[in-house]
Amino acid sequence: MLIAVVSGFVFSLAVPLLHRTVRNVTDWLVVLLPFSLFIYFSFLTQPIAAGGVLSSSHAWAPSVGVNLSFVLDGLSLLFAILISGIGALVFLYSSGYFKGHSGLGRFYAYLLIFMASMLGLVLSDNVIALFIFWELTSLSSYLLIGFDHERSSARSAARQALLVTSVGGLALLAGLLLLGEAGGSFELSQLLREREAIRSHRFYVPIVVLIMVAAFTKSAQFPFHFWLPNAMEAPAPVSTYLHSATMVKAGIYLLARLSPVLGGARIWQGTIVVVGAITMLIGACLAIKETDIKRILAYSTVSILGVLTFLLGLGTRAAVEAAVAYLFIHALYKAGLFLVAGIIDHETGIRDVTRLSGLARIMPVTALAAAVAGLSMAGLPPLFGFIGKELLYTATLQAPLANSILTAAVLLTSALLVAVAGIVSLGPFIGRTMTLSEKHGGVPLTMTAGPVVLAGLGLLIGLLPNLVAGRIVSSAVGAVLAQPAAIKLALLHGLTVQLGLSGLTFALGVTAYLRRDALRRAVSRFDLGTALGPAKGYSLTLDGMTALARLQTRILQSGHLHIYLFIILAVTVGLVGSWLVRYYGLMRLEGWADIRFYEFLTALVIVAATIVIVRASSRLFSVVALGVVGYSMGIIYIIFGAPDLAMTQFSIDTLTVILLLLVLYRLPRYARYSTTLERLRDAAIALAVGVLVTGLTLAATAVPPISQISSYFAENSYLLAKGRNVVNVILVDFRAFDTLGEITVLAVAAIGVYSLMKLRGNGSDG
Amino acid sequence: MQTVMAFVVGALYAAGLYLMMRRSIFKLIIGLALLSHGSNLFLFLMGYLTRGGPPITPPEAVRPVAPFADPLPQALILTAIVIGFGVQAFAVVLIRRAHETLGTDDLDKMQSTDVD
Repeated sequence: MLIAVVSGFVFSLAVPLLHRTVRNVTDWLVVLLPFSLFIYFSFLTQPIAAGGVLSSSHAWAPSVGVNLSFVLDGLSLLFAILISGIGALVFLYSSGYFKGHSGLGRFYAYLLIFMASMLGLVLSDNVIALFIFWELTSLSSYLLIGFDHERSSARSAARQALLVTSVGGLALLAGLLLLGEAGGSFELSQLLREREAIRSHRFYVPIVVLIMVAAFTKSAQFPFHFWLPNAMEAPAPVSTYLHSATMVKAGIYLLARLSPVLGGARIWQGTIVVVGAITMLIGACLAIKETDIKRILAYSTVSILGVLTFLLGLGTRAAVEAAVAYLFIHALYKAGLFLVAGIIDHETGIRDVTRLSGLARIMPVTALAAAVAGLSMAGLPPLFGFIGKELLYTATLQAPLANSILTAAVLLTSALLVAVAGIVSLGPFIGRTMTLSEKHGGVPLTMTAGPVVLAGLGLLIGLLPNLVAGRIVSSAVGAVLAQPAAIKLALLHGLTVQLGLSGLTFALGVTAYLRRDALRRAVSRFDLGTALGPAKGYSLTLDGMTALARLQTRILQSGHLHIYLFIILAVTVGLVGSWLVRYYGLMRLEGWADIRFYEFLTALVIVAATIVIVRASSRLFSVVALGVVGYSMGIIYIIFGAPDLAMTQFSIDTLTVILLLLVLYRLPRYARYSTTLERLRDAAIALAVGVLVTGLTLAATAVPPISQISSYFAENSYLLAKGRNVVNVILVDFRAFDTLGEITVLAVAAIGVYSLMKLRGNGSDG
Repeated sequence: MQTVMAFVVGALYAAGLYLMMRRSIFKLIIGLALLSHGSNLFLFLMGYLTRGGPPITPPEAVRPVAPFADPLPQALILTAIVIGFGVQAFAVVLIRRAHETLGTDDLDKMQSTDVD
């Protein structure tokens, strides 16, 4: 299984290069990879259906509990088959859709990364690995939505999708870490065994909330649903693959995967059912409102994702059965319809359903595929969609709570989706034949293959439901319920309530379709989404953040040295000062008796000279006073046993004064630039720092001296290094490398000084 | 005496920083010099003041005769003085050059290296 996941990543690295050199072969190679994966997973359906579970584990970072461990059970298998199977069709479709496009190699690479990440996500047993693959799907989705990066709308849609899903990603990481903490393991199979401990753990509620945020953002649930329609900026193959068939179902997968561990509690069930139901209704209504064929499909996807969410929230056996079947059905017909929408867009350049008509004569095969997929979406026999609808009604009728309300909500949603199915799969193909501006050469076979295969499968499974019921659906349901399940699907159950509801749905749907224009106007009138909706909230948040960043930059990065210094000093005084007062209180000053007159005088001279410097009105004066400070420092060094320092200080100070005097006459008159208020402000903060440093010095020297290093140097300077002056021995022997570094710094400074003095620009830059 | 010197350190810091916050580049340099004096003195105090007794081994002994001053801060300060001078020399020359090029000694006006 590691190979199945990693091969996509490896291949994605090679594809751009391959595409540049052997273009035609690459088109087939990229189809071959998902197709062989599809065959591989198909062969695994038999052992999995027999109750087996495949697992493999590879150490990645075992010290922190992160392993590349994969487990293939019924649920993973269902997703893996969808990912690889639809993947193969989408790659095939892309080669026709992007024929001659220079970025096709890049496109293949992104799509392969996505496929591999998605496989990794559904196969991972380790939750940290699952999180990493989850984020990788978000990233590849970003790259794919923004594939046409020269359009600004594509860029902003890509950014929106990334930001919304990465908020969910962060929530997921936090939730999974807490889950690992509560369950004592990062492996899902272990966590399943610890479910009792997790449910009674104090982190249970935070875990549930965080996991739900992650699932709702990824699967475009209310109030995060707005990113999915905007993601329709992506090319049609991407919308098909990521935004209807696989990636948006990652959130559903997460809920399904964790429901045996977390499910059952009221907070889990209640929230998920309510959010799912709201999303289902909102999605269906907004789908009616739109006229852009891809956005209609996107909103209907949102609606179906809502259906899946609320079914998983219910968590009953019937609901899970319906959810798994519906997930499968939806992937088949919706992927087919997205591919059809791509064909229409590709051939006519029009996506507005009110302007499309009569295309059946121009593209008969596509029209047929669209019709079959549309019938499945509308839930008519003998298609797979019909079976799904029956299961859906069974689930709501048997729901443990509010079954009449839920059934009514599902009825309304389904009726609206019947109308939507008509709008997208019937409307564009019937009626007066459009006149296309360019001569049309027929849809390439690579592009029609996808819709035809997907629609055909929908029909085939509808006729022979037990082709998948035993092998795929049963084991997936078993994995979600964490107990074996044997499911029989049948097209007709005789005259049941469900059949009646299906008939009613269809009748309502057809009525809605016939009155679609009036309905569209009515929905638009009640639409508050654009003014008050979450999308508005998103853009306000984004603008607010940019404004805050700009404001903060303007205040903190003003370009004035004195403001930088002021901020640094104020923060230092605030933080260090408060700490000092807290730990030492107000210090008592000691040691006044131990003062000799000449020492005190020298200290006084330093302070006096410093004051002179600050108040000096001429440069010469301040330079001389600086010299006085330096020489007094030298005297202090002599008094307190540091003759080397004194010598150095005297010579350096002499040099400094000479240097400053040399520069002096070149500069303009000593000017006062700041106002009195500024001076007072700076003086206050400077004095505060002075007090702080004094306090620090006193605090640091309040403890008795213990320095083993110093005594070591004193002991050994003669014995080991044969030198009598300990300071010199430290510099040239014990710490010789430091001195070497110091000399290097001086050399660099000297080179800098020399070049600034001698080298001149040639006039143009002064 | 330690206490008195602690106040001297504070005074040197306060004056140095105050001058560094002025807009004249010359004051910036002087401030920098005062600040390095302050830092050196701070380091020196960390070794505790010892009158007389430089850390030098007399000719007949194998180690300095106690009490002697702590040699470690002295070694550090020696380095700091020299490095400080290097920095100062570079800053002085840089500032002179900046003044020649830009024609101002007001730091607030030195916001761009472009000459127009």
